[in-house]
Amino acid sequence: MSSVVHKSAGSSQAASGAAAFYDMDGTLVRTNLVHSFLFTTWNDPSVVQAVGKTVLGLAKIPAFWAVDKVDRVQFNEMLFQGYKGAFRDRLLEYADEHFEKVLKPNIFPGAYELVETGHKKGLKQVIVSGNLDMMVQPLADHLGIEHIITNRLEFRDEIATGRLMPPLVVGANKVRLMQEYALKHELNMTKSYAFSDSFSDYPMLSVVGRPAAVNPDRKLKRTARSFNWPVLDLS
Amino acid sequence: MIPKAKDNVVYIDSDSAPRIIAYGEDFLYEHLPIGTRVIYPNPPIKGLPNPEAAIRYALNHPLEADPLYAQLRPGMSITIVMDDISLPLPPMTLPDVRERILKILLQMFDDHGVDDIRLLIANALHRPMTEAEMKRMVGADIHNRFYPKRYINHDAEEPNAIVTLGKTELGEVVKTHRWCAEADLTIYVNINLVPMDGGHKSMGIGTTDYQGMLAHHNPKTLLECDSYMDPPKSALNSSSDRIGRILDEHINVFHIETVLNNRMYPSTMEFLGKNEDDFSELDRLAFNSLRWTLKKLPRAARRELFHRIPAPYDIIAVNAGKTEPVHKKTLEKNFDQYAVPVKGQADIGIYGIPHISPYNVNSILNPVLVQVMGLGYLYNLYRGAPVVKDGGVMIFCHPCSDEFDPEHHPSYIEFFHRCLTETRDSFELHKRFERDFATNPTYIEMYRRGTAYHGAHPFYMWYWGARGRDRIGKVIVVGADNEYVPQVLGWEMAKNLNDAIEMAKDYTKPNPDITMVHIPPILVADVTP
Repeated sequence: MSSVVHKSAGSSQAASGAAAFYDMDGTLVRTNLVHSFLFTTWNDPSVVQAVGKTVLGLAKIPAFWAVDKVDRVQFNEMLFQGYKGAFRDRLLEYADEHFEKVLKPNIFPGAYELVETGHKKGLKQVIVSGNLDMMVQPLADHLGIEHIITNRLEFRDEIATGRLMPPLVVGANKVRLMQEYALKHELNMTKSYAFSDSFSDYPMLSVVGRPAAVNPDRKLKRTARSFNWPVLDLS
Repeated sequence: MIPKAKDNVVYIDSDSAPRIIAYGEDFLYEHLPIGTRVIYPNPPIKGLPNPEAAIRYALNHPLEADPLYAQLRPGMSITIVMDDISLPLPPMTLPDVRERILKILLQMFDDHGVDDIRLLIANALHRPMTEAEMKRMVGADIHNRFYPKRYINHDAEEPNAIVTLGKTELGEVVKTHRWCAEADLTIYVNINLVPMDGGHKSMGIGTTDYQGMLAHHNPKTLLECDSYMDPPKSALNSSSDRIGRILDEHINVFHIETVLNNRMYPSTMEFLGKNEDDFSELDRLAFNSLRWTLKKLPRAARRELFHRIPAPYDIIAVNAGKTEPVHKKTLEKNFDQYAVPVKGQADIGIYGIPHISPYNVNSILNPVLVQVMGLGYLYNLYRGAPVVKDGGVMIFCHPCSDEFDPEHHPSYIEFFHRCLTETRDSFELHKRFERDFATNPTYIEMYRRGTAYHGAHPFYMWYWGARGRDRIGKVIVVGADNEYVPQVLGWEMAKNLNDAIEMAKDYTKPNPDITMVHIPPILVADVTP
């Protein structure tokens, strides 16, 4: 099993035979990776640096958008470069605050119900996200989701290098990590569920037997209609 | 006036006109073999001249209950429960019966200082109604006063909304919505379109959840209904009666039942319910114009056109009071409108399947619903004995397009393509797949937050046709636009009605008794074998 799978608080050991894989940004919460990034830069203790980094971050948004359209991997690398020089303990503090101030108010109302019905059905619940482990973990704990498969920053001497540790959790890589997870937990992917809002998660959706487009972008909605995938609105 | 049977049953001879047969969002116009019996619905019974007066009279003179005004006191809580969009069918011209009754009820409550009032739609596992549909049903004034906090769809998946009241003597779990369980008075506002509607079914089934549905919406119970339209011989009706009696022990229910006539078509389309031999030149012209128009339109536009035509139903009876005596009166009037005496069963039955069922208002009649219309509803439009003999052939006319509404019927898609392709056996489907669908988080969420039927619903639709499937020897569909759907449903295909009849003769006998049931509008054949 990949080291990027982390066990979160409140996990259940009961094997269930199937899983529910959730993308996070745009699926369970309204926010996205850029929101998380801007939150951490804005909260830099030095006001000058905070303003500077935030302005820089905002200025990069068009570039983020353009790169995201072309290559998700490059987008992630470009975005997470912004964390270079950040201390691990500081980021962990931000993560809790980020959850309370950014994520929690933006959880889709239907996300609670969706996760709850998954629990009742006995599904293993997993967030599969390109966001950082420290940002995702508090949300997983809050929703009672057992596992997370996420990106992780590389640290040297407790300072972020701005690079991500491989393997990157994005696109087709998500599928490989989900399959490894299923193998480890003896889960049947045909009986499993996946939920995402973005066409970039097409591989993740197509590898399970029960895919669903959640608050989908236009391209994913078209694809969902073509394949008769259910379309959910959790807002 | 109750029409005479001889007006409703005609036999085709050498100079008979072709017959109009419903064919989805279109019509066929076919010559039938000489000797074919055609059963027509009764003409609409004249509506009550003053429905509001009739409603007030019923509220003030209820059956086996105190007058409604005498049950009111300031500060009490009242929940008004109503049928959902599946009734009447199609939705009626405005004002809807529910709006008429609500206006009178709310005025009465205001006069008695009752202001803790809630409105609940008894949609059970049906799709929730949209806000626009809810507004249309009760009118803008009432909608604006109560929506969204005090005018809601029943949510069978909201754990806090469901209360368990007990079990029947047969162990059937009795559940209802919390608003009903906790109100000082629960008033059910019913529309009885056909004899299987109303009575204890309204509360007992309309406000329950999936666990509650297991008691009756299962293959065994539905297989034992002979028929749905004959309550004393319907196991479904017996189950809802048992459940209703437990409900009555816990809840003070005041039932208001209305009966509609069968005026399904506006005056410009009334010819569709007439004997074609009696058509005037104007009727022929109107029919030809309609067909010409339909031919020019794509299917989606035809569907839209039909769904935009409301039915100008009239109220022909209103009764109020205790559920059982009220429903007894309702059924008498229902049968006055629908019952057509018929002597002798047929070897072959011909039925057109129209564009609409209770489950696709403003939506698509998908293949599973085509099946439920044919083997569920049309087969069951009888009392005494089925129109078609056991082992006989039913010929359905419908395009059977492989088309589903992904927002209203998402679980139907998986049910049809995945489950039905593995087995058509209701018991096996129930055992292997139903629970998985019912607990599917995606389908639950689409039911709760969208406009989807519950994940278990397509199974009910399939079980609904179980008795028809069990008794009928063969089903032949005329005019299917693809081979896949009939194949999955287990039906044979014919290009046209003549071919279908020849195929049916090969299966039954060379000189079979053939009957065409000319619907819509609705009729219930009182068949003496």
